[in-house]
Amino acid sequence: MSELLRVRGLERHFGGIYATAGVDLDVGAGELHALIGPNGAGKTTLIHLISGALAPDAGAVAFDGKPVTDLAMHERAGLGLVRSYQITSVFPHLPALENVRLAVQSRARDWGSSFRFWRPAAADRAMTEEAASLLERVGLAGRGAAPAADLAHGEQRALELAMALATKPRLLLLDEPMAGMGHEESERMADLVASLKGDISMLLVEHDMDIVFRLADRISVLVAGRIVASDAPAAVRDNPEVRRAYLGDEVVPL
Amino acid sequence: MKKLVEPLLLAAAVALPFLLAATGNEFYTGMATRVMIFGLAATALNLIVGYGGMVAFGHAAFFGLGAYGVAILMQHGVTSAWIAWPAAVALAALAALGVGLVSLRTRGVYFIMITLAFAQMLYYLVLSLKNYGGDDGLPLANRSTLAPLDLGSDTGFYLVTLAVLAAALFAMKRLAASRFGSALAGIRQNETRMEALGYPVFGLKLACFVIGGAVAGLAGALMANQHGMASPNLLYWTQSGMLLVMVILGGVGHRYGGLIGAVVLLGLEEVLAGVTDHANLGVGLFLLAVVSFAPRGIAGLLPKGSRE
Repeated sequence: MSELLRVRGLERHFGGIYATAGVDLDVGAGELHALIGPNGAGKTTLIHLISGALAPDAGAVAFDGKPVTDLAMHERAGLGLVRSYQITSVFPHLPALENVRLAVQSRARDWGSSFRFWRPAAADRAMTEEAASLLERVGLAGRGAAPAADLAHGEQRALELAMALATKPRLLLLDEPMAGMGHEESERMADLVASLKGDISMLLVEHDMDIVFRLADRISVLVAGRIVASDAPAAVRDNPEVRRAYLGDEVVPL
Repeated sequence: MKKLVEPLLLAAAVALPFLLAATGNEFYTGMATRVMIFGLAATALNLIVGYGGMVAFGHAAFFGLGAYGVAILMQHGVTSAWIAWPAAVALAALAALGVGLVSLRTRGVYFIMITLAFAQMLYYLVLSLKNYGGDDGLPLANRSTLAPLDLGSDTGFYLVTLAVLAAALFAMKRLAASRFGSALAGIRQNETRMEALGYPVFGLKLACFVIGGAVAGLAGALMANQHGMASPNLLYWTQSGMLLVMVILGGVGHRYGGLIGAVVLLGLEEVLAGVTDHANLGVGLFLLAVVSFAPRGIAGLLPKGSRE
């Protein structure tokens, strides 16, 4: 499997605390790679660093063989390195359909830039149709006219994913797509993520271990800012270091 | 029925100077022209504040530069509006580009302060131009010429101003519905998400800022002609404040917000000035009332269908 994402020696500290302390990570093309780790291990910081929302103190990120460490977030997104958000980040006052249509419109490589001042955006029917079919795919058909702020939490998570998909990512960084969802909603989201496998490479941050072990091709375990294991699910499950991190050898009886 | 409102208002605006002339009230033609010019400048600011989500506090600088562009060219013998007005627009746009490139790296209060600082710098720059009137301002020998149209008569100038304003408002409608306008709506609501989607947010905001500056420059070019001079006061920070008050009064982010604000504010000043020496107090109270009871401005009180 050829590498799509290659992270080497990535470091980021906040004051004296190393949130990311020398991370090496590879995600192969077509792979669904899960990133797990205890709370505070630095998973979201790592997503920020890979997506370009934060600049690293040291280390390098390469995407599809090209260094992207110095590129801004929107430039990385333009290459197909796209993230979704753990805390739902949509356009609250715009209708759900327009949220996705904006995400479709962002693909300058397909439509040309957004520096178009005269022609109505609605005249580009293909954009609206694509947005509508994405809404349908994530189970929001019929909700297109509702402002994003009026959607239920689970629906907003689905909208968030539809927006990420609308950018036609090559590697999708999914930061806890099931966060705050009920069991049924989580299962639906898991099915959706499973249906994307093969088409889109994914780096999935998720707490639900059932889902992670069911879906992932490979799993990396982040503990205290370091990757302690990166392997197939079965091997990770049996890894003593991972067990120690999760069960905790530092738990001292009171 | 709703479709008829705009054409009817436009027809009434076209008829106004002829009515005023017929009734011997020509004086008010000039005043109506002045209101429309301020309406145009406030509309330009509303594009930046209401559509782009950037609270800029130095818009008078671009307004004033447009006026100086026309006045300085006229001093050098360029009287044709076909040359001078585009030059004034270009001057204002260029200044907006420079100011925007620096100040759009900041947010919120810092953005307000830095745009104010740049505007004051331009104000003092203009004051120091001794060859172009210094603090006395630079008079125009005549109005610009706009062959084959006649700007010499107040009615002719009124009609040209009206045409410019109507064109700007129409362009604003097109812009709001365009891809660029959609992207601005996204930036206004969630800038980080737009970056994550791959939008060049800085460039889009800069374009919005420059367009707003350019249109303010056009308003300034008209103002110089209306006023018969370019005065440094046009660039002063109180003028920026007045334009912001117009936008807030009229309706932030509403296509007619700037125009409504200009009509109401200047109208109120005119009426109050006739009855009291403390007109500003009345204007202030009125602004307080609007902000308290109609946070979306006067335009926000209009029926919903009228909003674009």
